[in-house]
Amino acid sequence: MGLLSDPNRRQALIKLLTRLNAPICGMPVDWLVKTMQARGLEVFTQSFSRTLPFPDENTERYVVKGTNVYGILRAPRAPRTEALVLSAPCTPGDNNNQAVGLLLGLAHYFRNQVYWAKDIIFLVNEHDLIGMQAWLEGYHHTNVTGMDWSPLQGRGGSIQAALSLELSSDVVTSLDIVLEGLNGQLPNLDLANLFYAFCQKIGVLCTIQGKLQRNDWDSASGYNHAVQTMMLMVMKQASGRPWGDHGLFLRYHIEAATVKGVNSFRHYKTDATTIGRLLEGMYRKLNNLLERLHQSYFFYLLPSLSHFVSIGYYMPAFGLLAVILLLRALDLWVQLSAQPSRTEDGVAGTEQSNPGVLSVLTPLVISHLTGAALYMLPVRFQEVAVEHFPVSETEAVVLTAIAVYTAGLALPHNTHRYPDMGWRVLKLVALLYLAVLLGCTAVINFSLGFILALTLVPAAAYVTPHVPKALSAFFLVALSPACTLLFSVFFFQELQEMPVSFQDGWLLYLSVIAQGMLDHYLYGSLVFPLVALLVYPCWLLFWNILFWK
Amino acid sequence: MAAHRCRNLACLLLLFLSVFLVTMSQETTLGHEQHATAVGDPQTGAETKHTAEKPRVEEKRWEETKVKATTQASDTAVLTKTQVNEDFQEELVIRPLHSGDIYASFQFRTVWETDFMKGNKVSHYRLFPKSLGQVISKFSVRELHISFTQGYWRTMQWGQPFIPSPPGAELWVWFQDSVTDVDATWKELTNVLSGIFCASLNFIDSTNTLQPSASFKPLGIGNETDHRFLRYATLPREIVCTENLTPWKKLLPCGSKAGLAVLLKSEKLFHSSFHSQSVHIRPVCQDRQCKSSSWELRQALNVVFDLHTSGQSKREWSLFKMFSRTLTEACPLASSSKIYIDVTDNPQEEQFELSPATPLLSQAVVLGDRRTFSVYDLTQQVTFGTVRSLNLMIRWKSSEGDMLRPLLHAERYVAGYGLQTGEIHTLMYNNHPFRSFPVLLLDSVPWYLRLYIHTLKVISKGKDNNPSYIHYQPSKDRERPHLLEMLLQLPPHSVTEVTVQFERALLKWTEYTPDPNHGFYVGSSVISSLVPSTVAMETNITMEQPLFSSFFPCKEESSYFARVYTEPLLVNLPTPDFSMPYNVICLTCTVVAVGYGSLYNLLTRSFQVEEPNPGLAKRIANVIRRMRGVPPL
Repeated sequence: MGLLSDPNRRQALIKLLTRLNAPICGMPVDWLVKTMQARGLEVFTQSFSRTLPFPDENTERYVVKGTNVYGILRAPRAPRTEALVLSAPCTPGDNNNQAVGLLLGLAHYFRNQVYWAKDIIFLVNEHDLIGMQAWLEGYHHTNVTGMDWSPLQGRGGSIQAALSLELSSDVVTSLDIVLEGLNGQLPNLDLANLFYAFCQKIGVLCTIQGKLQRNDWDSASGYNHAVQTMMLMVMKQASGRPWGDHGLFLRYHIEAATVKGVNSFRHYKTDATTIGRLLEGMYRKLNNLLERLHQSYFFYLLPSLSHFVSIGYYMPAFGLLAVILLLRALDLWVQLSAQPSRTEDGVAGTEQSNPGVLSVLTPLVISHLTGAALYMLPVRFQEVAVEHFPVSETEAVVLTAIAVYTAGLALPHNTHRYPDMGWRVLKLVALLYLAVLLGCTAVINFSLGFILALTLVPAAAYVTPHVPKALSAFFLVALSPACTLLFSVFFFQELQEMPVSFQDGWLLYLSVIAQGMLDHYLYGSLVFPLVALLVYPCWLLFWNILFWK
Repeated sequence: MAAHRCRNLACLLLLFLSVFLVTMSQETTLGHEQHATAVGDPQTGAETKHTAEKPRVEEKRWEETKVKATTQASDTAVLTKTQVNEDFQEELVIRPLHSGDIYASFQFRTVWETDFMKGNKVSHYRLFPKSLGQVISKFSVRELHISFTQGYWRTMQWGQPFIPSPPGAELWVWFQDSVTDVDATWKELTNVLSGIFCASLNFIDSTNTLQPSASFKPLGIGNETDHRFLRYATLPREIVCTENLTPWKKLLPCGSKAGLAVLLKSEKLFHSSFHSQSVHIRPVCQDRQCKSSSWELRQALNVVFDLHTSGQSKREWSLFKMFSRTLTEACPLASSSKIYIDVTDNPQEEQFELSPATPLLSQAVVLGDRRTFSVYDLTQQVTFGTVRSLNLMIRWKSSEGDMLRPLLHAERYVAGYGLQTGEIHTLMYNNHPFRSFPVLLLDSVPWYLRLYIHTLKVISKGKDNNPSYIHYQPSKDRERPHLLEMLLQLPPHSVTEVTVQFERALLKWTEYTPDPNHGFYVGSSVISSLVPSTVAMETNITMEQPLFSSFFPCKEESSYFARVYTEPLLVNLPTPDFSMPYNVICLTCTVVAVGYGSLYNLLTRSFQVEEPNPGLAKRIANVIRRMRGVPPL
């Protein structure tokens, strides 16, 4: 590989990096355009603006305006049908300047090579995910989230793969690859394999979930380490949020990953040129692809970068959980069909005592209306809430959500016409509902489906009107979606070896709720509507069964 | 009128003289130098027939040069009658581009006065390639245009090409109206051409053949425009390489042995940003009155070299650097052999420096723009200087590369996500500040993208733009593609967007290509247009011109014909996972075949005890016993 064996090029790269080390206020659009043009790229810009449904307190955003700059390296003798993307988010301050510098250095080097068969798009996006969303929507001319963006002028055909680059300093000790994308989608495993292979070849430490791979698989501590890594992946995937700029590409069937440079004060240092060589190698490999990545797995869990758990191994675990629901439902169905024949016979008899499906309509409708309220009200009534209570908009939204959620528990649900049979029919419907819901969720986002199944299935299987009320109520609330989220927050912090106190954990919990809602409104994440419109009403049905008179 | 005839006569005389000189030079190469210097003046005089030229003087003046030159589109090839009814010309146009890249365009033209039609057996070929001549007569071809292109012409950076072509292979043919079964002839013709050009033209079948009603009119003479005799097909996937170049070069009279064709070395031609080679055959007028026609074979090769990938730090180009050859002679069979360098943007040599300098200048209106060219005539020994070889050098002085704003350009892309539906967007830019012009859009979409034609929308400047002519032919599954032709008026300074939604069909499993996850290609759409020329657009006249010539804005051609191809599309169709089912099918079939086969064999075979064959002695004994009337053993 020729990159940076040439002293001139190395010097040029260093010059860029030092230029970028100077703090920049906002994104230097004109400078980027000029620099990219000087490197022989076709340069275009895209401006976008977005008003968030409520202020994002983590990143202090409300009205976002920005510009994306991208330069296209046209492959010689290629008909503009395929492209690769290398992106680097450019944030105010000097958080990611090294990545932008490296991107420009690579652009300069790539431009002088003859072997490209696919166009390469070098994208510098402002306001990280929002800018990326605007660019991708512009590129594919879709509008999923109601953002304003100016149409793109230049394109490179269908994008085959993308990498997003995040470097916070010019010296890194290890590289971390982030795979979890929007709605828990994952890129093809071959992309992770490619990254791992090149790290091995060049001799760079590589991590996943920030955890190094250990060689002692057989020992208990090594196993523990791998399980921890995998649990982190499960938690991240279940959250359904894009954990890097790459996460938004996956919707468009573009294999993408984020490469993060980590500076953790280890002995072993890697400079930007080595990362450049790694990226060059990866892009040359991707450039040689004749087809989209499709051969390997799209559904996997990674206990380390060199090992994976395939769908064939983890799906049975979920299947066993789901079977409990089906067996319970079968049991109830047998009971329901056995009773009428034992007590009465004839058509009139069944009509009287067999409640039928219509009788459970009331609790179904009421719980779903509560769910709809949980989905709609928080954002709609934030102004009202801010007027009447001394809270900020974000707090108002989150607290309204919690209030609606709690209020849902107190609602009367049923007319109780059939005291004995009614709850059985309702439970049968609820069990089947839950089984279908969890099954579909697990196919799309295994981690989310599995975590929900772990908490909801015991409650669903266990609950009847005849169990001790107070204890069961506590048990049921502890296993409700909201509490699952709370426990997950603490568990996630524990896994990351950053345990928090209850006070901090609660604040984190509130911000996670806000974040989840923002992910839905900004990027089209489906976790919030799924929980609010389907999972929560389903749980309410079981709650209703418990308090059946 | 008399003067006109006089000039004609003079031209004829001069040309005759020059032909005579060329033949002389073939015979006596030694004494050529003296001859050439001696007749330098008449030779330049002969130039004024097509392109008025004059010796270069210190102060450039442009008044005299007003004669329209031949361009590829508006060509009215007028030939003067000579004894030899075959003529070969070669030329190379080099245009230094703003971006620092360089565009080289070769054109070789053979004109032959002959008649391939009406059962006329033509058996004696001199300059015209026999393989193509036979194709013309066998398939009753009236016009044939074929191009092979690797890469996409970047209009935004390079401006308009002299001969546009879409990525991949493109073939369009007008047949004589005597052909009865056009489809069968077309099928046979594509197979023959596939052999001649070593290309996969045999993949042209009814699913990618079109009959455009308006977009492709004959370029030669003849007024038959019934589109039943027209066939058009593109293969966007076709990859062009040396195997296509070699047969193309063999069609030239001098091969690649002499003349400009020595520059065509594949290792350099395919080390470029863009490569396109084409063959155009058409009937042209033989003389001014057009009483008889002759056949014109035009071979063109366009190539753009990239400054950045050439691995040089200086902005400098030379023939040697581009083609790794220099020129030493013209093709001896050629009546004219010239190199044109576009120096329009470089009147005072402030942009680049050209060496060796040439005294000859030529002006031509090319694609609506008046261009100035430096001319090197290879038939004269002076051109090659004392070193006997010509190595043109272009040294850039300035180094700015801005994007161009061509008057008309277009792009196309697939919008949407997911594998069920999608939307094709075609954008057409009219960058003319105040004039609108009509364009003819031809879209051809394979049948497996099912167009929802009711979603067709044409929007320019936020308003609906109603096409004045629409020709839509729906597709038939596995038989023919969608064909959509529209005549649109592009408002000035606007973007016109044509969108149409489609649904991706699920193919039968044998219909997938061997690499289904690569995607399926949709050919370029073709935009044919009459674009207002920039010459007519000039409102503030910067050049010094007499007042009487500049009152009406349209001095010369007010518009020129341009054809723009958009990029082809790569669309992913819903694809089953072929690897897993394939393995499963193979394994289960083996197991079933072995297991079931042997079991079935055991169950259905009828067993019987076989009588051992009697030995030879026993059989003879039996024969004897039978003759004796004794029962056999």
